[in-house]
Amino acid sequence: MEQLSAMLRQPWPWYVAGPLIGLTVPLLLIIGNKTFGISSSLRHVCAACMPARIPFFNYNWKQEKWNLVFALGILLGGFIAMEFLRDSTAVTVHPHLVKELAGYGIQDYSSLVPNDLFTWSQLLTPRGLIMMVGGGFLVGFGTRYAGGCTSGHAIMGLSSLQWPSLVATCCFMIGGFIMANLILPVILSL
Amino acid sequence: MLKYLLAGTAFGIILVKAELVSWFRIQEMFRLQSFHLYGIIGSAVLTGMLSIWLIKKFGIRTIGGEKINIPDKKFNKGNIYGGLIFGLGWALTGACPGPLLAQAGGGATVIAVTLLSAIAGTWVYGRFREKLPH
Repeated sequence: MEQLSAMLRQPWPWYVAGPLIGLTVPLLLIIGNKTFGISSSLRHVCAACMPARIPFFNYNWKQEKWNLVFALGILLGGFIAMEFLRDSTAVTVHPHLVKELAGYGIQDYSSLVPNDLFTWSQLLTPRGLIMMVGGGFLVGFGTRYAGGCTSGHAIMGLSSLQWPSLVATCCFMIGGFIMANLILPVILSL
Repeated sequence: MLKYLLAGTAFGIILVKAELVSWFRIQEMFRLQSFHLYGIIGSAVLTGMLSIWLIKKFGIRTIGGEKINIPDKKFNKGNIYGGLIFGLGWALTGACPGPLLAQAGGGATVIAVTLLSAIAGTWVYGRFREKLPH
């Protein structure tokens, strides 16, 4: 039992976590004929809270309530993982990355999100504002424009052989490479 | 509804324990410094593909006895433009929508701001949808 608990607390290897994530696809199909996707929940929140006569938000979002409940579950899962399955060791990453980030004063690897970047006190700095508020906006705008995020396109879409999802997934990666390698260094030096 | 709550909870725990919610891990992926996230996404897609193939092959139905239906996605230019924009945001926040939820639930309260901003982004997309190329 103790061994199991110790195993669960460690970071899970990719070959355990990946298949488990993949199994979410048949799980949602079998329990309720639902297609896996998370970013839709952001649209449902808009439809529920501020539809403002915008056609895109005027639909019966209550029929999609399951998606909001699923999203709430993820929030709860995050809480359980941090509260009961917490691993005290810091995340280990490639030495080149450690060296690069140290150049921007990012050295704290101990918490769920980097303490040197994502905190309330960082929120009103130019760097924090761009990363948290700007980044969030790009995620919300981009996923809806693309018609899905990593879950809906990369996992669900590719699993069901939808070629538009392959296009979208390639674009996610291209955007990520451009940001991480070309733009982020400028933002981090602010 | 409880079944969806439980499915989401399990998914959230996996996201955290796989370190898929880590900004550092995402940076590693986009610098090709680690196989970890590629392994996760690759094996997740293979598992999903195999599951859907089995569902179709054996005509597996839902627990309610319904025929399983997966709607086709239609291509539009938004898949490209939106995809690129989301990619930029993904590397910046180090999180896609699922991990943002898990981070906020895991105690990173400031991520609530990022989530609200993501909702605002979705709203702005809906507001200007007709003017954007699709």
